[in-house]
Amino acid sequence: MEFFLVQTLNGISYGLLLFMLSSGLTLVFSLMGVLNFAHASFYMLGAYFAYQVSVKIGFWPALVVAPLLAGALGMLVERFGLRQVHKHGHVAELLFTFGLAYLIEEAVHLIWGRAAVEYRVPVELDGPLFHIMGSQYPIYRGFMMLVSVAMLVSIWAALTRTRIGLVIQAALTHPQTVEALGHNVPRVFMLVFGGGAALAGLAGVIGGNAFVTEPGMAAAVGPIIFVIVVVGGMGSLAGAFVASLLIGCMQTFAVSLDWSLAGISIAQVAPVLPYLLMVLLLIFRPKGLMGTREG
Amino acid sequence: MKYAPLYLGRWMLWGASALLFAVAPHVFKGGFALTLLTQMGTLIIFALSYNMLLGQGGMLSFGHAVYSGLGAYGVVHVLNFMGKGSLVFPVSLLPLVGGLAGLAFGLLFGYVTTRRAGTTFALISLGIGEMVFACVLMFPGLFGGEAGISTNRVVGQPFLGLSFGPALQVYYLVAAWCFLSMAAMFALTQTPLGRMANAVRDNPERAEFVGYNTQRVRFLQLVLSSFFAGVSGALSCINFEIVSAENVSAIRSGGVLLATYIGGVPFFFGPIIGAIVFVFFVVALSGFTRAWLLYLGLFFVLMVMYAPGGIAALIVMQFPVIRAGRWRELLGPYALAALAALVALAGLIGLVEMVYRLSEPGASTVLTVLGVSFDARGAASWFTFAAVLAAGLAALRLAARRVGERWSALQLELQSRTA
Repeated sequence: MEFFLVQTLNGISYGLLLFMLSSGLTLVFSLMGVLNFAHASFYMLGAYFAYQVSVKIGFWPALVVAPLLAGALGMLVERFGLRQVHKHGHVAELLFTFGLAYLIEEAVHLIWGRAAVEYRVPVELDGPLFHIMGSQYPIYRGFMMLVSVAMLVSIWAALTRTRIGLVIQAALTHPQTVEALGHNVPRVFMLVFGGGAALAGLAGVIGGNAFVTEPGMAAAVGPIIFVIVVVGGMGSLAGAFVASLLIGCMQTFAVSLDWSLAGISIAQVAPVLPYLLMVLLLIFRPKGLMGTREG
Repeated sequence: MKYAPLYLGRWMLWGASALLFAVAPHVFKGGFALTLLTQMGTLIIFALSYNMLLGQGGMLSFGHAVYSGLGAYGVVHVLNFMGKGSLVFPVSLLPLVGGLAGLAFGLLFGYVTTRRAGTTFALISLGIGEMVFACVLMFPGLFGGEAGISTNRVVGQPFLGLSFGPALQVYYLVAAWCFLSMAAMFALTQTPLGRMANAVRDNPERAEFVGYNTQRVRFLQLVLSSFFAGVSGALSCINFEIVSAENVSAIRSGGVLLATYIGGVPFFFGPIIGAIVFVFFVVALSGFTRAWLLYLGLFFVLMVMYAPGGIAALIVMQFPVIRAGRWRELLGPYALAALAALVALAGLIGLVEMVYRLSEPGASTVLTVLGVSFDARGAASWFTFAAVLAAGLAALRLAARRVGERWSALQLELQSRTA
């Protein structure tokens, strides 16, 4: 029972982290039609920026500075890269971000080296939060959940309750009309792309020290968040939320269970599970869990 | 354009490329050149098979290495059986085995991936690629885990006097299969299926109205493409005598995408150029610098931004100008732009190498260029290279504008003459 409870909490905190990543990806995709292949690279950059800032100043400033840096970089990429590629079509845009992912990974290799860096959980957040029937739950996991939920609530509020949020929502479906009403749609695109990058950066700040900060982290998490977007249904935020929690819990349970079948343990199969889920879903429900279109 | 099956120029082109395959190892002598040529031949098949998806079928795949890699695994097992003496099969026909293995997996995975087109296809192919990679690591008995399975290509009696021990024989095996595959893939573009693949790429809705099942066209195209991917996997297995998880990895899939795109997706011969350039980048450049992947990535991004038709399009663009005999007028602006690009590149390389030297423990921080040494720890060197880069970029901007002006003036003139 205690095992189940702790693992569920771990799964939810991992799922929320995944949702911070996939929400930005989904938003950018539904707004601009661009599937940002470099999204996970901004997650990695967030972690590395946070490491650099936390070494120099401390973790708390890093929590603010690193996502801002990632977001600013994202805006620059949109302004001087994507906008240029836009006229060549969506495939070119996708390929541009694909190349960008290469570049960011290599830049990280060059600047921080190939080994993992020592990006640690701050002392204040180190230790158990509470005990459930003898096993302890770390504070940092709770903190991760807190940050994710706070972030998601503020995103939701910004999208539905503010002026710029309304403009973004309108630009999702009717960009021409929004432009005709005098809004600068390319700037909205830039803001959303930067916002998605900042969101990924924030996920990197809190994920980088919970897991490992190394040059392979983008390639490890990137395919998973793409699977989430497909499983949830392309462009559906609610679908991405459900899929993130599902895959987060699935991964956490699979890694920690020691059942085995025909000589292969569940933990060994764990890396395949998300992809298997995607394949099965595509066969039986091609539009994804909550997707609306089948194209 | 008039349909001309016995078009003389085309026969000459194919004859010339066959000749090129035959004489290449005698022009570029030495073991290193031979390795390079063999790898180029293998990658040419792989890139052409990839372009059957991306260029001809409009399917952007991020998991094409699955088919070449699994084909290679099939071949490595057959080779090992042959080594044990429990199977007799000519080595020179092994690529057929690899191709059939690739085709079998194409049938299996293609059924899932080709249900959707566009971005979703790209994502599913990525997912399948990751899944296969994870599976390969999961069953070390069958796939040899991280270390992979090694083999020996010299097995059994020499077939037609070929033992495939010497690298030159392997090169000619690769060259022969490469030429055959090139011809077969070109022939496929001329078949009704090849044409329908183009139609499905350009306008799936209309293709459906005409009465074609777009899903089936994509599926057939992918299955055929995975056959050729398997052939190339088999050749790389014979060449390297080892197959590991890296053969099915995202790195390989990304590599073939880069090679194909750099070469030029809209043209049949684009991937051939791309494969040659890519192997050169990977094998030759990686000997010089640890940052080669950064340069390759940068090259790719610049191609996506400024030359989406790849190198092939840049070449084809020049044809009308050359035919009109006006290419001399462009030489000046081109030379200027190339010079500016070189200056910018020098500045960039300087900066990148200094970053690398600072981060790599134990590396010397002093960089020597043209007899002048720069210390990466001093601010002066950073300023120098940054200034070189900035100057190069500024000059490139000016030069590019001049090229553009000359180019459009020339085009206008040529158009008005034909009109």
